[in-house]
This record gives sequence, structure tokens and C-alpha cells, in this order.
Amino acid sequence: MTALRRPSLDVARFRQRYARHDSNIARLPLALPALDSPTWHSSFRAFGWGMRSVGSTILTLVLFATYLGIGALAHDTHFSLGWALASTLFVWAGPAQIILISTLGSGATVIQAAIAVTVSAIRLFPMVVSVMPMMRTPQTKRRELVLVAHLTAVTLWVECFRFLPHVPRDRRIAFIHGLGSGLVSVCLVATTVGYALAANLSPLLGAAILMLTPLAFLFSTARNCREPADFVALALGLGLFPLTSMLNSGVDILVSGVSAGTIAYGVHWWREQQ
Amino acid sequence: MSVFIGDWHALLILLIAGVIPNQIWRMLGLMVGGEIDEGSELLVWVRAVATAILAGVIAQILVQPPGALASVPDWLRYGAVAAGFAVFLVTRRSTLAGVVCGELVMLAGKWWIG
Repeated sequence: MTALRRPSLDVARFRQRYARHDSNIARLPLALPALDSPTWHSSFRAFGWGMRSVGSTILTLVLFATYLGIGALAHDTHFSLGWALASTLFVWAGPAQIILISTLGSGATVIQAAIAVTVSAIRLFPMVVSVMPMMRTPQTKRRELVLVAHLTAVTLWVECFRFLPHVPRDRRIAFIHGLGSGLVSVCLVATTVGYALAANLSPLLGAAILMLTPLAFLFSTARNCREPADFVALALGLGLFPLTSMLNSGVDILVSGVSAGTIAYGVHWWREQQ
Repeated sequence: MSVFIGDWHALLILLIAGVIPNQIWRMLGLMVGGEIDEGSELLVWVRAVATAILAGVIAQILVQPPGALASVPDWLRYGAVAAGFAVFLVTRRSTLAGVVCGELVMLAGKWWIG
């Protein structure tokens, strides 16, 4: 950990962040072993702890409900169950799957659907970029991180900031492999159940399930906000989208996201100068 | 088995319009993320942009609702989020309380409209 090149000022700030994180552990139904516990000596057990952590986050429940909805949506748009499961396993991004199925279902061409999904998926790039340094040790090879990159989506990204400070650095990859495969398994089950239930899903229940995604994404992100810059990024990102969507550029989310994020960074920079 | 998989044409569409558009960003992130220091200023900016793009995705679902959600009027969707957020703050940032409250307000409003 100390082998990583890092300006000393940032070390202090990160320790402070982690320390503040500790107050959250009381709210976890599952407390992880202490950082120096012998449990962490085996990466197999770290994988197990990751998998068990699936049960200690409300987001698992939300993911389950979201994927019920995706299964039902796939059924109603006449995709096969195998197709729906393959999309959950290989795309592994809820909003992208909703956009893919609904655009294809509404008669758009493959190219139009591909463009819509590509734009919504841009958010995965900064997420993966910010997760990687939390996993890396000086010995880590890039190919060891490929599966972590695949598993990275909103839920895992949010949970990384919550769990990883309590996991020793050299066991983080195994931990995330466990957490990620646990979440994928839950969602494969949910996709199947939703597909089977589709015919019985009332429009009211369908609307309630689709509403879960924005509510859960909003509150879990807001919960992870620590610095004023985080709040600015979230609030401006929400507020700017309705404005940029009037441009109808096809990359509205990218425009609002980069502008809001850059302004938030400006706030951070300005505070550092003070 | 063929009923389970469906036709191969659909799987090809999944690959082109679903898998590749997502994995391309993840793998690019892997290339870049492997080079950046955990405490670097660039990462602060990247994290802010990730948060703001996610906020944009949230706003998109609320402003341009998909499928069955479109049957819920605008004011009710925004009202449900606002009520959920108020409860989230009052409960000292409980995600569960916020989500449950938002859902209940939406369902109650929908039932009230009839």
C-alpha cells in the first residue's frame, strides 16, 4: 500500500475519508473482519466474504426488482429467455439493457439502438477508471483486472467506496469477484422470474419497478457524497440534463455530465486553494 | 433448446447493440485506470464526471420515462422523488427509507388518480 506513489497531502485526505467511512459500519448488517484478521490471508475466503456482502446491501433488493422488470420487458418484446439471460450476463448494466430492449422493441434499427446504448454506457468509463486504482497493487497485472472491469456497474461502483476501505488491498480483487458474481447470480434469477411472471405483471407494478432505478441510484449516490464537490456533481448533473436534452444531440447525457462534473471539480479546486 | 436461445440473429444484435457498446467503455477504463494514481487530481475530476453522468441517467428516466412508467403523470414522478429525498434526509441518509417512501407516494398518487 505504501509502495504506491502518492502525494502526502492526499494520503491524509484519504485516511480522513476512510475514517469517516467507519461510522457507517454500524449500519452494515454484515461486519467484515478486521483488516489484520487472518481470514484475509486466503483469497478464497475473501471471495466468500465478497459473496456474503451481497446480503448486506439494500441495492441487492433494488437490483433484483430492476431485473424482474428487465425479464418482463424482454418477454413482452418477444425476446427469448436465453437472450435475456445472455444480456444480463454479458451487458451487465441495467439502464443499458432497458434502453436496448425498449429501442429494439419500438422498431428502431440495430444501429440506432447501438448508438443509444453506447451513449448511456459512457458512464462506465469514468467508473472503471476510478475503481481500478483502489484494487491495484504494484504487482497487479492488467489482465487480473479484466473481470473487475466487466463487473463494474453502478451498484458495484457505489459499493466499492463503502466496502473496500475495510478490505486489505491485496485481497480486494478476490473480494470484488465474489461480490460481483453474487450480484450477477441474483440478477440472473430475477431475470428468469420476471420473464416467467411477465404475463401477470400489472401496469401499476410495472411502473413501480421502473421507478426503483432512479430512486435507488439517486439515494445510494447521495449517501456516498462526502465533499461539497460530490453534491455539486450530483445536483448539477440532475439539473442540467433537462436543459441539454432540449438540444436533442443524441449525446445529451454526455454534455450535461461533463459540464456538471467539470464545474464540480472547479468547486473542489477552489476549496483546495483556500 | 432452440426455444430457450431463440434465433441466432437476435444474439448477433445483442452483441452489436448491447455487449460491444458497454464493454468498449469498460475496457478503455481499464487501460486508463491502470495508469492513474489513487490520489491524483485527474481522478477527482473523473469521479465528479461519473457522478454527474449517473445523475443524467437518473434524470433521463424521470424526464423521459420508459414503458409503464410513462403512464404516471410528470408531477407525480417528481413529487415521489422529492418526498423520498425529504425522508432520506430526515432519516440521516437511509437509502431504504428514501426508496420505500418514494415508491409509496407514487403508488398512493396513482391509486388516488384512479
